[in-house]
Amino acid sequence: MKLSIGPIQYYWPRSKMLEFYDWIVTQPIDIIYLGETVCAKRRELGLDDWLVLAGKLQQAGKEVVLSTMTLLEAGSELGAVKRLCQQQDYCIEANDMAAVALLEGRPFITGPGINIYNDRTLAKLVDCGLKRWVLPVELSRETLADMQAKRPDQVETEVLVYGRLPLAYSARCYTARHYDLPKDACAFRCLDHPDGLLLSTREGQPFLTLNGIQTQSASTCNLLSALTDMRKLGVDIARISPQAAHMATIVSTFHDVLQQGLDLAVASERLADVYPVDACDGYWYGGAGMDALSIPRVAL
Amino acid sequence: MELVCPAGNLQSLKAAVDNGANAVYFGLRDDTNARHFAGLNFTAKTAHDGLRYAHDHGVRVFMAINTYPQPSNWSRWQAAVEQAAGLGVDALICADIGVMDFTANQFPELPLHLSVQGSATNDQAIRFYHRHFGIRRVVLPRVLSVRQVEQVVQNSPVAIEVFGFGSLCVMVEGRCLLSSYATGCSPNTYGACSPAKDVVWQDTAEGLETRLNHVLIDRYAEGENTGYPTLCKGRFEVAGKTGYAIEEPVSLNTLGILPQLQSIGVSAIKIEGRQRSPAYVGRVTRVLRAALDACTRDPQHYQPEPDWMAALAAVSEGAQTTLGAYDRPWQ
Repeated sequence: MKLSIGPIQYYWPRSKMLEFYDWIVTQPIDIIYLGETVCAKRRELGLDDWLVLAGKLQQAGKEVVLSTMTLLEAGSELGAVKRLCQQQDYCIEANDMAAVALLEGRPFITGPGINIYNDRTLAKLVDCGLKRWVLPVELSRETLADMQAKRPDQVETEVLVYGRLPLAYSARCYTARHYDLPKDACAFRCLDHPDGLLLSTREGQPFLTLNGIQTQSASTCNLLSALTDMRKLGVDIARISPQAAHMATIVSTFHDVLQQGLDLAVASERLADVYPVDACDGYWYGGAGMDALSIPRVAL
Repeated sequence: MELVCPAGNLQSLKAAVDNGANAVYFGLRDDTNARHFAGLNFTAKTAHDGLRYAHDHGVRVFMAINTYPQPSNWSRWQAAVEQAAGLGVDALICADIGVMDFTANQFPELPLHLSVQGSATNDQAIRFYHRHFGIRRVVLPRVLSVRQVEQVVQNSPVAIEVFGFGSLCVMVEGRCLLSSYATGCSPNTYGACSPAKDVVWQDTAEGLETRLNHVLIDRYAEGENTGYPTLCKGRFEVAGKTGYAIEEPVSLNTLGILPQLQSIGVSAIKIEGRQRSPAYVGRVTRVLRAALDACTRDPQHYQPEPDWMAALAAVSEGAQTTLGAYDRPWQ
């Protein structure tokens, strides 16, 4: 099974992003997804910057994929997706059906924001050129197994195995709302929250993460314990979604489990302190996404 | 503009028809539609009776099969499509590519509308569904401004329907997993958000609490208006501030912008609320009918009547209404 790094969901300063990719290129990562997928106002890196970065990473032997925005509202956002889809040097991960429509006829990838919930949908999109799909995050191991049994030969399956779960997208920015700022004058407050802004219940239970117009889980999805099962199911790629700190531990742990047969208990122990809050795996086991069914919960 | 009204049961369907609906939409009693609530929706018999009642009164009937089947339950969605074809509904409202592919292949004469759960916010996405499945209409998610709706209308190959009144989803529909994160059931997979089976109301020393699968969604002080614990409309803590961090309990109301929606070329206005009572459906349909008629007669001088606004506020969440993303006071 290959390892991939998903697009950075948060808004990091340019220097932090460039530093991150300078480091990731030295790591045992096979596939790197690049681009802004959440908010069109985040322009620390523009398309030209992403393309330069893509060239460098590809030169270094990585497979590079460019990811599109997920929620498109303004005409200018659709225009940006069109420009991205015009370039031919890299494969594109479509996160909105607009990109699927624009990419039809050439090989493309769908991200977790494209609803592929059954084999008939998968087969239809494979006919359109789909060469790899990312399992929607709310689907279970059972559904994946059914899909794998029926998937067309030429398509690869990728599963998010580590990272905050992308749960919702809105026209309104909840980070700006928190600061009582209009969306158009948000002062880029997301830059102050490299792992998003934690939302807790009124009794202090961490619940969600506000990340601009995106809402994520508070808990970090960790499917370390399901990797062996995924391999048996024929999953081709395990995706790690970047967070602000501890990436070296996270990448090496997943790599060591996949490639060196590192003991799961040891691996889980290594990850115990890396979560911004805690971990969850409920979706995989068919439960509520926030449940932690195979992960010992550390008292907060 | 066509007025499309919700029918959670036969009484609601008749209330919609009797109060001026141009079309009604309904679903079956299972998870194949996005209002999968206990005691709601239609059996084969009531669907047949409802269809006849509507058609006898010149009202069109759309059937919602707008959730996402998985391989293990696909047969239920296929059966729903077959039932719709047998009933002779005027259109199917669908979200899933597989369901539309099946329908377009097996029942090419059955008109398809793309549900709001299909998440199409732009003309390119619409083109995909038009090219492959010949959809005739799209219901837009409640995330676009009037100007953005206009752009979609101008570039779309098919008719555009928008929400005119009812409960407000602030997340783009079809891609909101908040409910399954908390409960395991989402609109996509189960046909309901914040499902009632996971809701608990509890009187405590600190006030009345509402929980969704044990997660505290809100806590009400004495005398505060209470509401259903839809999880995006709860009160939470963010960096020391407690309040409605995502959205307040509020309903969408577009009476104030009907002439604009008409002039930019919107084809149909949808009322949300299949889970609401026949009285709600009757009242809201009557108000929207009067408003649409007034707007069509004389858009220049159209003004929402105060008693229309009062009638709608009385059935709104938190007794408040908003223009939501159409107007964007928060932009």
